[in-house]
Amino acid sequence: MSALDLTPVAGRGRLFWQVADAWVMCRRNLIQTWRVPELLVFATIQPILFVLLFTYVFGGAINVGPGVDYVDFLMPGVFVQTVVFGAMLTGIGLANDREAGLVDRFRSLPMSRSALLTGRTLTDLVRNAFIMLVMLLVGLAVGFRFGDTNVLAVLAGFGLMLAFAYAFSWVSAVVGMSVSGVEAAQSGGMIWVFPLVFASSAFAPVGSMPGWLQAFAKYQPVTTTVDAVRALFLGGPVAEDLLVSLAWCVGILAVAGPLAVRAYRRGTAR
Amino acid sequence: MTDQTAILVEGLRKSYGRHTALAGLDLSVRAGSVHGVLGPNGAGKTTAVRILSTLLSADGGRAEVLGVDVLRHPDRVRPRIGLTGQYAAVDERLTGQENLEMFGRLYRLPSRVARARAAELLERFALTEAAGRQAKTYSGGMRRRLDLAASLIMAPAVLFLDEPTTGLDPRSRQEMWRVIADLVREGTTVLLTTQYLEEADHLADRVSVIDGGRVIAEGTTDDLKRQIGGDRLEIVLAEGDDTAAAAEVLTRLGSGTATVSVEDWRVSAPVAGASVLAEVVRSFDELGLTIVDVGLHRPSLDDVFMTLTGQGATSGDVGSTAGVPAGAAPEGSGPGRKGPPAPPGQRSGGDEQDLVKA
Repeated sequence: MSALDLTPVAGRGRLFWQVADAWVMCRRNLIQTWRVPELLVFATIQPILFVLLFTYVFGGAINVGPGVDYVDFLMPGVFVQTVVFGAMLTGIGLANDREAGLVDRFRSLPMSRSALLTGRTLTDLVRNAFIMLVMLLVGLAVGFRFGDTNVLAVLAGFGLMLAFAYAFSWVSAVVGMSVSGVEAAQSGGMIWVFPLVFASSAFAPVGSMPGWLQAFAKYQPVTTTVDAVRALFLGGPVAEDLLVSLAWCVGILAVAGPLAVRAYRRGTAR
Repeated sequence: MTDQTAILVEGLRKSYGRHTALAGLDLSVRAGSVHGVLGPNGAGKTTAVRILSTLLSADGGRAEVLGVDVLRHPDRVRPRIGLTGQYAAVDERLTGQENLEMFGRLYRLPSRVARARAAELLERFALTEAAGRQAKTYSGGMRRRLDLAASLIMAPAVLFLDEPTTGLDPRSRQEMWRVIADLVREGTTVLLTTQYLEEADHLADRVSVIDGGRVIAEGTTDDLKRQIGGDRLEIVLAEGDDTAAAAEVLTRLGSGTATVSVEDWRVSAPVAGASVLAEVVRSFDELGLTIVDVGLHRPSLDDVFMTLTGQGATSGDVGSTAGVPAGAAPEGSGPGRKGPPAPPGQRSGGDEQDLVKA
């Protein structure tokens, strides 16, 4: 049948294969991204529009307090909003793989059960980092400036946002592995995102909202992350928000990760 | 691997909510053979394959592949099986070479071997020229071949083919058949599900007909055809000819009682093969009967299900049930008949038989 020696590599640990298989999956997704550049372009244009729209249209009407430029207030919000919206793509990509029958094929292979999901979410991490870089440049062009801070704090801010993005990718992965198809992943991916993003401090101060909404808006993950990034970028007390935000990231991952892998293992009836 | 059992299924059960997909399925597939699983949509074919290829858990029963319990040790089964489903499960954005290399890596071949194996399989399936093109540019037939190549990377001992030619044009179907036949010659055990009797006929050593999640008939395709009455010879005489004499001849030369449709001077009877045709023509000649039209109708999948799942007509002498159009009885009362599409390139005998009255 074959002149080749088809003996698989043996004697490596579980962790080795989790990483190796995830890398194979990640590479595949990166090639896809590279070959369909339109998707990346659209994913970048939308947040750029948000920056311009909020700065020039709503910016004048939203009061963020004395001595703070709206664009400086806005940028951390748009960054976080972008990665949360962008997380949806993780679920859509997985739903796509399912519809194409690829997930079934992967599940019939002796590969690691987490590899498809880890590979996908890691690709989305790379994509998020790229989009953030482009957005930062646009922000700087329309007047955004880092405040009373330092390089380490700024890097920590971006690191926190990437961690946050990664956690939300896994939530989206649960959606993508559970719903019935790509369209459901699209709409199902949006519903839980809207209240999180808009009932937060991303675009307007929480203090301007009615009391009952503040109770939710103050402690939810988007607000704490935006506030932590704001403090890291503009200066000010950061410890509490940073800790709460990190706790959210860890908590979300701890729940969504196993749920997504479980959905993958279980498969779907067709 | 001569007389060993490669796949063993006993009393396999699976339900989705209130819908029962498998209601105690039994299968036994000898190593090195091709076993066809034939059934209409929703009969449980795909569910069975999904369980055997480790994609789905079962509610009860036993399922072994190569002596390993699939339900308990899916990890040990996966490296030794190949699966080609109803969809060409390849990554559209990757090239043919990239696809196969990726699957090779996921089977844990060293990267150098994965690369060489990909090239080898592309060559074998006549895809070398398209190796560097994205799979989305491939034709339906090429995609299926790439998909099949992906499931053959490890030269698996057992291959599951779930409706491998559904949706293919006749030429691509023939090509797939040739490829599958080659694999079988090399000793691969194949479990093939199909809706096409012709396909099972062409490829399978034995066939299990399933309906409602259990096996309703099992045997070689010849057994199966004998069971449903085999070919049927149908002759239309000139107006005014002696149909009774014609029926007598057909009954004598055929393999069952002939039936007569008086209004249109039509006689028909089950026959063992086309060889009797010459003798029938000669006898009719001697009796001065004029043949206006003659046809030999092979049993179609419709007939299989009418016969196996329908009531009454079991002998193949379908027309003899008093006064009832042959095809109508199972259609009206048979819950098992779900109307699978007639396979291409094969005439459905049902409509002709509807005309035959006792």
